[in-house]
Amino acid sequence: MSAGEQGWPLWEVFVRADRGLNHVHVGSVHAADTETALQAARDVYTRRAEGVSIWVVRSTEIVASDPDGRDDWFGDLKPYRHPTFYEIPDAVGHM
Amino acid sequence: MATTTATPLVTFLLRIADDNLVLAQRLGALLARMPELEEDIAVANVCLDHLGQARSLYARAAELEGLGRTEDDLAMLRDERAFLNATLVEMPDVDFAHTIVRQFFVDAYQVPFYGVLCGAADPVLAGVAEKAVKEARYHLRRSSTWVVRLGDGTEESHARVQAAVDLLWRYTGDLLATDEVEATLAAEGAVPALDDVRGAFDATVHTVLAEATLTLPTDPYQRLGGRVGVHTEHLGHLLPEMQRLYRSHPGARW
Repeated sequence: MSAGEQGWPLWEVFVRADRGLNHVHVGSVHAADTETALQAARDVYTRRAEGVSIWVVRSTEIVASDPDGRDDWFGDLKPYRHPTFYEIPDAVGHM
Repeated sequence: MATTTATPLVTFLLRIADDNLVLAQRLGALLARMPELEEDIAVANVCLDHLGQARSLYARAAELEGLGRTEDDLAMLRDERAFLNATLVEMPDVDFAHTIVRQFFVDAYQVPFYGVLCGAADPVLAGVAEKAVKEARYHLRRSSTWVVRLGDGTEESHARVQAAVDLLWRYTGDLLATDEVEATLAAEGAVPALDDVRGAFDATVHTVLAEATLTLPTDPYQRLGGRVGVHTEHLGHLLPEMQRLYRSHPGARW
């Protein structure tokens, strides 16, 4: 166990709610290692049978985009990039 | 009062239910006192699993008993000498190591025990066992993970968890002991023989303790008696706290 000076390291938790869905970030837990992190994630985030699969990732391994660069990165809405000008045949249903 | 007239099956159900209720009471008392938030939630989950098992078993015992008592009556109106739990589950939470070792011994027993009970003739008991064995397998995974980390951890954690093993080991005998109740049920074909539970328990304990660099006491003494209502001093303190509300306000609903 390698508890740092600030206690156990932080892990980000991703839960897949059902087959075919993506793992979705649900929160974080403190734990000493991978196995206890998975167990903590199971106990904290799936105690009412919310999931079928859990990922945990050390929070320090997450690389995030710079919030200050948000305008440059994500900018204004660009409606012309959405393919909304096609006629969808009724038979296609939900798309 | 229940033991003298109860059928073997009712007595057997009460033994299992009492194990789970008393342990749930111990674990419930730890809420908001665990060393980490994550462990606090984990212990609440384990507590509720045991409480759920106890409730189903009390309800079935009350039904089979046919004396008009309810599951609540069985849990809240019996006195110490009528409780049939193994003494291990009433042992106090000295520190996190004691909590984890007590849980580990219970889990190592309940996994094979519930596994056998899945073959019980009574459909309710078999059904409870089917659900409980999955819960017990997760409990065992969690408790053995902690036993290994504490035992093979720091000097301090090793000393504390070894002290817990040294103290609690002699209270595990009740879990594995059988008497005429289990023998009668096996002879009647009501519950499969429990002979293999001890072997599975021993194998789990030895494997996990070896990985945790822990040892069992060499003294073979086992303190027995819980299954016939002879308890340690600790149950006498636990029961009034657990039963007080129900006894002070009979029939109260909320």
